Amino acid sequence: MPERPQTERPQTERPMIEIKSVTRSYGAFKALDDASLTIKEGEFFSLLGPSGCGKTTLLRMIAGFDNPTSGSISVDGQSMEGIPANRRPTNMVFQSYAIFPHLNVEQNVAYGLKRLKLERAEEKRRVEEALAQVSLTGLGKRLATELSGGQRQRVALARALVMRPKVLLLDEPLSALDKKLREQMQVELRRLQQAVGITFVLVTHDQYEALAMSDRIAVMFGGRIAQVASPKEIYQRPVNRQVADFLGGMNFVKAEIVEENGASLVVDTLGFGRIKTDKPKAFVRNGGAATLGIRPERLRVLWDNATAKFEVAGKVVERHYFGEITHLIVEIPGLEKPLSVTETNDFGADDIPVGTSIRLAYDPEALVAMAD
Amino acid sequence: MTAAAEGSPAFGMTRARRDALLQSEPVQGFALISPTFLYALILLVLPILVVIAHSFWTQNYLTIDRTFTLENYRIALTEPIYRDLLWRSLYISLTVSFFTVVLAYPIAYFISFHGGRHKSLWLFLITIPFWTSYLLRVMSWKVILGYNGVLNSGLMGLGVIDEPSTALLYNSSAVIITLTHAWAAFAILPIFVSLEKVDRTLVEAAKDLGDGPIRSFLRVTLPLSAPGVISAALIVMIPTVGDYVTPKLVGGKDGVMIANAIQAQFGKASNWPLGAALSVTTMLIVTLIAGATVLILRAAQRLAR
Repeated sequence: MPERPQTERPQTERPMIEIKSVTRSYGAFKALDDASLTIKEGEFFSLLGPSGCGKTTLLRMIAGFDNPTSGSISVDGQSMEGIPANRRPTNMVFQSYAIFPHLNVEQNVAYGLKRLKLERAEEKRRVEEALAQVSLTGLGKRLATELSGGQRQRVALARALVMRPKVLLLDEPLSALDKKLREQMQVELRRLQQAVGITFVLVTHDQYEALAMSDRIAVMFGGRIAQVASPKEIYQRPVNRQVADFLGGMNFVKAEIVEENGASLVVDTLGFGRIKTDKPKAFVRNGGAATLGIRPERLRVLWDNATAKFEVAGKVVERHYFGEITHLIVEIPGLEKPLSVTETNDFGADDIPVGTSIRLAYDPEALVAMAD
Repeated sequence: MTAAAEGSPAFGMTRARRDALLQSEPVQGFALISPTFLYALILLVLPILVVIAHSFWTQNYLTIDRTFTLENYRIALTEPIYRDLLWRSLYISLTVSFFTVVLAYPIAYFISFHGGRHKSLWLFLITIPFWTSYLLRVMSWKVILGYNGVLNSGLMGLGVIDEPSTALLYNSSAVIITLTHAWAAFAILPIFVSLEKVDRTLVEAAKDLGDGPIRSFLRVTLPLSAPGVISAALIVMIPTVGDYVTPKLVGGKDGVMIANAIQAQFGKASNWPLGAALSVTTMLIVTLIAGATVLILRAAQRLAR
């Protein structure tokens, strides 16, 4: 395989998967409720959400293991209606890896190729190539039972990649691995996707995994898609409290809308005073109240006599040590809930005694308005 | 007690050793199986030893001559009548195992893959025939296959045949039909168990990699359920070789099997040593065939990859 540059691959704008108002009901229960989504060619796309949010249902419908109750799914411009899983241009990496226990690594990888009736040498070449892509060269004769979790995962990946699918579907592929291996595989998966240029659709409940690997993320709750955006946008500008909460810690501050115009909002808060902020795209005004959110790491402790243009004063009520960082819980007069602050330990945040009065600096840009 | 243990370390040690012994897994295991084990020893191993001993002796009218001889084995292996009976028994039992497994597999597959919430109900239904005695079930086959039986009357009523067929009852086919039915449940259960153990995502993975339903069955489900197929085949084959009741009732003259000959030697013919030699010969051949079956099926499984 010719070496490809390991940099960001330019994505085309051509849609690879189009999901149009897909609903999947089981009796009265809707596992997926009117979901619409377009995934572009060559994109690393993640479906992120808690268990039971419908992300796996959606993935299985793309693969052909389940069918929409209503709505349509097309892959590469071709409607998938009535096309069984074995004739779809998609391949899947299963959560349990589903390695055939009666076959060795090579036979597992060659499983799908057998049907293509390739020449022996060609088949062998493709198997070797796939094994090399996942760094398993030389392990072809091993039995599935003799492999570690990480190796099984690679076999599952090779077995799907060797088919050269238009779309590779990954169902929580890293959830069974330990933390260190998982982080290593995140980097490798991303690199692999950039190298082969295949559209990857990843299902995960791990927000860091989604943020680290994806070009775009769809956050799902209760069968509905809450937000589709780049990792940065999702993290920094969540559309509602649920999304904000799911992607990590977020301090919520109640606000009173003073002025609303095209692109911005002016709000009054207790504690942070009057703030001018961008109006989120999906903002729907509900009376005069709004919610502002600020991530704990966007609040910085001001040491000694340092000052900042925007600051709030408060008192440390709790301190939690996490090795490289410390979580401080800071009570601010006027706020109904204390603020959670994440501070790196290089200046001694881990030594701030509980009860100390401190000042926190913030950037008003980091305060984002969102729906409740 | 503590004081005693402290006072005499030797006593403490034996006690500790005894506790360790009682807690060791092999000892606990033996204790657990000992009632069954003793039962099997007295009622299975001892009689077999008696049979083996008899097979080397000679019947001398009413007494037994206990001089060692291989004459009984020579008769058992060379007399055409016994050789034929043995061959027929093996043929019947292998045919029965084949048909039983072939017929049981789809049923087990259906229950395992499509039984849904009613799996236990289905299994329960399969056991219903066993609520009546085996003799009654064989008798009912007589009613079905007989000269004026259900099958003949039915076929005549439909105009398929003009007069009742005698080919149905009192021959080896009748024995095969009856045994296949009788042993179905014993084949369904092991196959069902091994199918239950097949990870369903493996079948999905096969499908995802391009296999249609038939190919994924042949390449994944069947090889992975092979252990169940092997045990089903053996469970049916081993006891049917020596079946005695079924050939007696539906086999007629052409359906006589080796067990009927053995029974005759122990009964009417009153030649225990020959009967014993026939029994031992049958047992050895069954063991060999069972072993061979396992090896052949394993090899087939390896080839199928």
